[in-house]
Amino acid sequence: MSEALRREDVAKVARLARLTLDEAELDLFTDQLGQVLEHAKDIAALELEGVVATAHPYGLVNVVRDDTLEPSLEREVVLAVAPDVEDGRFAVPRIVGEAP
Amino acid sequence: MKSAAEIARDVKSGASSALAETERSLAAIRARNEELNVFLFVDEAGALEAARRVDERVAKGEDPGSLAGVPIALKDNICQNGVPTTAGSRILEGWRPPYDATVVRRIEQAGAIVMGKTNMDEFAMGSSTENSAFGPTRNPLDPTRVPGGSSGGSAAAVAAEMTPISIGSDTGGSIRQPAALCGIVGVKPTYGLVSRFGLIAFASSLDQIGPFAKNVADAATLLEVIAGHDPRDSTSLPEPAPALVAHVGDGVAGQRIGLVRELYDGADADVIAAVRAAAAALVGAGATIEELSVPEFRLGLSAYYLIGPAEASSNLARYDGVRYGLRVGADDVTSMNEATRTAGFGAEVKRRVMLGTYALSAGYYDAYYGQALKVRTLMIDAFARAFEKVDLLLGATTPSVAFPFGAKTSNPIAMYLSDVFTIPTNLAGNAAISVPYGTGEAGLPTGVQLLGPGRSEARLFAAAHVLELSGGAP
Repeated sequence: MSEALRREDVAKVARLARLTLDEAELDLFTDQLGQVLEHAKDIAALELEGVVATAHPYGLVNVVRDDTLEPSLEREVVLAVAPDVEDGRFAVPRIVGEAP
Repeated sequence: MKSAAEIARDVKSGASSALAETERSLAAIRARNEELNVFLFVDEAGALEAARRVDERVAKGEDPGSLAGVPIALKDNICQNGVPTTAGSRILEGWRPPYDATVVRRIEQAGAIVMGKTNMDEFAMGSSTENSAFGPTRNPLDPTRVPGGSSGGSAAAVAAEMTPISIGSDTGGSIRQPAALCGIVGVKPTYGLVSRFGLIAFASSLDQIGPFAKNVADAATLLEVIAGHDPRDSTSLPEPAPALVAHVGDGVAGQRIGLVRELYDGADADVIAAVRAAAAALVGAGATIEELSVPEFRLGLSAYYLIGPAEASSNLARYDGVRYGLRVGADDVTSMNEATRTAGFGAEVKRRVMLGTYALSAGYYDAYYGQALKVRTLMIDAFARAFEKVDLLLGATTPSVAFPFGAKTSNPIAMYLSDVFTIPTNLAGNAAISVPYGTGEAGLPTGVQLLGPGRSEARLFAAAHVLELSGGAP
């Protein structure tokens, strides 16, 4: 469990979160995130076997709207705020290609 | 400055007009916005147009609504159709949402005039507005100090008398803490009471929109307007808005109020003195005070700084440079995502996204996130036990008065501790209000906090009004 956070842990998490960190940031965040996790030891160490987890304070479940047609945003309106558009669609750089 | 109630009364009676009130607000904004950095965008044209519409309704003899002609400021994480909305982040700079948040529709229907969008910590992550990508907001009461956060701009707009009321969002204290630091009233409503549709998400199970005002009755009026079920928010409580304004004068006679040690322990002496004075004022109005200890509240900070970041890491995954906001070009889509997020997010957002990613990752999920969700259950049960004994809880809102710029920026934990007294309410989904009461260091206002169970807003406003009348306000 909460052994000290290592630099390589932070590098891995940054990769998962799609963030690029330079060396100085890696040091800083390793230190700062380590402090937060150190603080969190008070709850990580609690014996909570049998306590039910709460994900939502009032436990509303299966909220669905009536199955009726309603107007939604027009395609042009949505695409107007997109960074890049082609043929009425969002345009993105290459997704599939040769292995790097 | 006139209260919202006085403005609405005068606009309806013809003693004033929405246009005149809007121009007065614009002048107040112009006078100090450059100095204080309260508004990121002032919608002068939109406000004047809205004012003309309200005045037309009055001229035609129609009911212009309970906020007729009342200028209002919106935190910049609330979407307004066609109006620049950044959430304090570079990643959304220049973005104009193509739709209105439900709260925007409701305040406009009630005749309010939206003056513009207020500064905030990036994605509402912070307690000082120092995490805004567009520079911090200064506290109108002492411009060398922070206004609190994350809704610091909305609090400052009211404290600087630019608008009599404003809207913020409260995930761990982001309405109550800046209200306390700016000497105004701020409310964190029951989770689900106000629709989150159109609120840019930070931590969806904790976020709640709520009002700021100079006085309790105006806060109640605004909350009554924005509350009530919205089918566009699946977490919206399936019930109509409660009557709140009618209960502001109910008093506290016969109410049992718990003074909770964990809600003032560690605060500055002046803050504790304000809480004690507030307790005495409530007793003077017929309430009884019971000293309580709720040890579970001490676990709130850790649970919050795991749950909040975990939800944020998921919510902020949408900022990928594909559909809206910033895109930093690259040869392939993953590099584009990464370059965009690295350039677009500030340090605190990166910290929390990484913390959340870590807390949710394989091998750590049970120890951190899973454990935090169980602590949330402990918190809910602890509140429920307390509310078997008493009707409301009383404590401090923040450990100190407004602090100087830079005092806590290098130490995230020190900054996070600003929210230690406000976090338990968010974890439990309950309601709470911060009321200015007393003064501390440098004559700055201190705030006291009243906490109730879910759906206790009417009772909270009544107790807050007792404090307001007792003369403890700075």
